[in-house]
Amino acid sequence: MNHSSIIRASALEYVRGVTSGEFTAEEFLSETLSHIEEAEARYNAYLHVEDGQKLLARAREIDRGIKSGQKVGLLAGMPVSIKDNICMRGSRTTCGSRMLEGFVAPYDATAVSRLHAEGGIIVAKANMDEFAMGLTTEFSAYGPSRNPWNTGYVPGGSSGGSAAATAAFECVASLGSDTGGSVRNPASFCSVVGYKPTYGLVSRHGLVSYANSIEQIGPIARTVSDAALVLGVIAGRDEHDDTTADAAAADCGYLEGIEGGIEGMRVGIVDEMTEGADPEVARAVERASKDLEAAGASCERISLDMVGYSVPSYYTITAAEAASNLARYDNLRYGYDLSVDGYEFNSYVAEARGRFGPEVTRRMILGGYVSSAGHAGRYYLKALKVRAKLTREVADAFASSYDILMAPTVPILPFRIGEKSDDPVSLFMVDLNTVTANLTRRPAVSVPYAVSAGGLPIGVQMMADSMQDKTLLRAARALEKRRAPLPEVPD
Amino acid sequence: MSRDGGSGSGGADGTAAPRPVIGLEIHCQMTSLKSKLFCPCRADYRGMGPNENVCPVCMGMPGTLPRLNAEAVRKGTMIAMALGCAIPERISFFRKNYFYPDLPKNFQITQLDMYGDTCIGGRGSILVDGGAVGIRRVQLEEDPGRMIYEGASARNRISLVDYNRAGTPLVEIVTEPDFEGPRQLRLFLQMLSDMVENLGVCNPALEGAMRADANVSLEGGNRVEIKNISSFHDLEKAVVFEIARQEAQHSRDLEVVQETRHWDAARKITIPSRLKEEEKGYRYLLEADIPWVRIDAETVESLRSRMPESVSEKRERFVSLYMIPPQVADVLSSDKLYSDLFDAARTDRNARELANIITTDLMGLVMAAAATAPAADRDAADGGDAQKKKRDDAASDVISVDGLRELADAVASGNMARNSAKQALHEMAKTGKSFAEVSSEMDLGLVSDESELLGVVQSVISEEPQAAKQASSNPNTVNYLVGKVMQKTRGKADPQVTLDLLKRCLSEG
Ligand SMILES: [Zn+2]
Repeated sequence: MNHSSIIRASALEYVRGVTSGEFTAEEFLSETLSHIEEAEARYNAYLHVEDGQKLLARAREIDRGIKSGQKVGLLAGMPVSIKDNICMRGSRTTCGSRMLEGFVAPYDATAVSRLHAEGGIIVAKANMDEFAMGLTTEFSAYGPSRNPWNTGYVPGGSSGGSAAATAAFECVASLGSDTGGSVRNPASFCSVVGYKPTYGLVSRHGLVSYANSIEQIGPIARTVSDAALVLGVIAGRDEHDDTTADAAAADCGYLEGIEGGIEGMRVGIVDEMTEGADPEVARAVERASKDLEAAGASCERISLDMVGYSVPSYYTITAAEAASNLARYDNLRYGYDLSVDGYEFNSYVAEARGRFGPEVTRRMILGGYVSSAGHAGRYYLKALKVRAKLTREVADAFASSYDILMAPTVPILPFRIGEKSDDPVSLFMVDLNTVTANLTRRPAVSVPYAVSAGGLPIGVQMMADSMQDKTLLRAARALEKRRAPLPEVPD
Repeated sequence: MSRDGGSGSGGADGTAAPRPVIGLEIHCQMTSLKSKLFCPCRADYRGMGPNENVCPVCMGMPGTLPRLNAEAVRKGTMIAMALGCAIPERISFFRKNYFYPDLPKNFQITQLDMYGDTCIGGRGSILVDGGAVGIRRVQLEEDPGRMIYEGASARNRISLVDYNRAGTPLVEIVTEPDFEGPRQLRLFLQMLSDMVENLGVCNPALEGAMRADANVSLEGGNRVEIKNISSFHDLEKAVVFEIARQEAQHSRDLEVVQETRHWDAARKITIPSRLKEEEKGYRYLLEADIPWVRIDAETVESLRSRMPESVSEKRERFVSLYMIPPQVADVLSSDKLYSDLFDAARTDRNARELANIITTDLMGLVMAAAATAPAADRDAADGGDAQKKKRDDAASDVISVDGLRELADAVASGNMARNSAKQALHEMAKTGKSFAEVSSEMDLGLVSDESELLGVVQSVISEEPQAAKQASSNPNTVNYLVGKVMQKTRGKADPQVTLDLLKRCLSEG
């Protein structure tokens, strides 16, 4: 590995290289920082890059630790980034919104303190759709991120900054958050691995809530094993989040057995998620199933009726929860400068909330409506029923027949910036294949699989039963190993 | 008309007004817990500077999550059990969404029976003054912050918010509209504050720790909700006023308006609420950040075994085990200070005398001592708390548990007359001397020696010839003569020996 390309190392390669003395953490970090400077002009993946001198001081500490044989953690000074809706003490956390322009988090998210504890160096806060509502990062108040495969195209969203940065080597791995596909969708568009853990596997303490009953922090990385490494660092019971699973269930050795292969596993390819897909995307999934069969899995088609109702249910539930979760942004306790002169409470809050962007405003109004006393029965409560039925259907599929459910991560190819931003309803359909995992709280992963004739990435989604994250990673790794070689991301 | 609600204003045509119907919603802060309902900040915020008792969780900072206080669930379950409620298999929490400056998240985490019975308790019933009061539900919820208004005129008014209270655990008790009148209401509230204190949930003496809203109507009439009542004392007054107001309306054939009224503590009246009632669209959502909490039978049993004796159980024990007269047991059991003292000093033999000494003499002495004690430091605690502490201190100054036990033992074993015991108690309180010192110094020992008493008895008979003559037919006269002997011996004569001697001398006479 020559110097100019060390930053292309996978996470496992990084750890091996730095601990064996092939390169130092400082060298790696300093290369990464100068690459960020140059790459950001093209991708706008980051909202805020941390102070380089402070970061380099930490890297030197790690290097000293390695030299003197001390423990330096599983990540050993690896440069990582986090989505800007994850709190880091003393750092700005804007959630891609003008509403939180001046908000400096007073505490570390659990995922952040666990990254730090294992020697991770957080270099930047990644761009995102405002409050994670969106599929393209076009709804960021600070301008869209661009897809490293083609800068005229969206990187996906809402964790578009994290995916673009990882694809463009601005970090080795990144943390995103996945409410309806927000990790998997941009991972698919940028040809990186995006992992959405079982609900409760990773603490949400410090993740700014959008739809708290379904969202999870998840790693974005360049390989399945890298995602497993980072997942192992951030997963596990947390006393700050009562919804985290017990330590025993959340076994942290996600790399263990990951090379075990897929032989004997039964894979269901979901009809409802493939039928309307772009032909190139559909063909990719077909080839993927052949790859898996060649590796010893058995693949067959399966129908899940409730998937057809999943997107409306998803938007109803997330909107209702968003209206509640975002109600606290009244600019009273933190926020931006806006004098109270001339306002009383209600008019002040109304004025202050005027800073929310169009998508957030739309969903909050929708959320207030669908959960209001007069309409909850027709919308919100009905959406909960759909969710319960969908959960039963998916649980049955796993209980009776399948280890893995497979589909395209996104039914369509990445599209141009601005192409769909005026058509929110057609954008919603982009979520069709990803929301089921969130609504049913199952783990799911997007694995880069192919590149279209036009040079745009195609990802394949795999989903497993609750707490079967290790099985899922093993299956994803098997697909990654079998797939035809992928081209390098263009410079 | 209520039993003691006022002057009995019948209708204009002379018929009685309809029966009042009263229901309560009581908010009790769990001040005895260590921390708030969802974060580690202190449950009792009193005495702290504005916004000192806060953290990212109770300030509703982005990314924070509630962490349910398990002790609040246990104590809430105990209250529910003490109120005779059914305990659900599992409890859940809901968000009540509305905008108000004292609400850091612009929603309040509370409980609701939306998906089956998932409040901490429900469908209870408790006997008060011979009548059953239904408990609709008991629920856990967080207290909002406190609004403070500064500035003289409405135009210059500044609203300040202190979030020290935000997130304080509250247990809300909603009764059925079963109260028959202010007397039953008062007894219920007394019982409830004893109960929460006994269970180690709340110090009811703390200002604002127990608050209530009342629903008042006359049977068949519109319901009026009275808010802003900050003490139980005022609650009773507010209800009495409101019943009288509604009866006056009724007697003039005016319909009572369905409305929310506020209690004006200064003018001692209820006034229509100036604030527009918030629209009731709370958009309740299940609080997904708090997983459902299972409350299994084992937990319930272990909590039940940990529950301290209730006031009524205590009263029952005093009456049945120690043969204490019911009226005395009422007084003794309803005051934790004295019932604790009683239990500490009691033996099987001295219990009755002990109860008598405490209720007839000690309570008065303590009250007097507390009244003359110097005012407590105002900064250290607010009025209610200071008052209670003063009384506790006064009690331990007046007498020790050992002293009390020795005193009661002496009376119960016949070694000291009740009158002498009273004197001894006063002396011990005044000088701080031990029982042994006081009884020997004052020569308070009982004279039961017949030969010693015979002379006194004979002199009384010769001094009271008239009474001596009537005594054979009238037992009251014998008592009169016993009293004379007591006077001469300064209360030291053994009453039984004296009576026997008198009877013998008179019949011999
Ligand atoms: Zn707090």
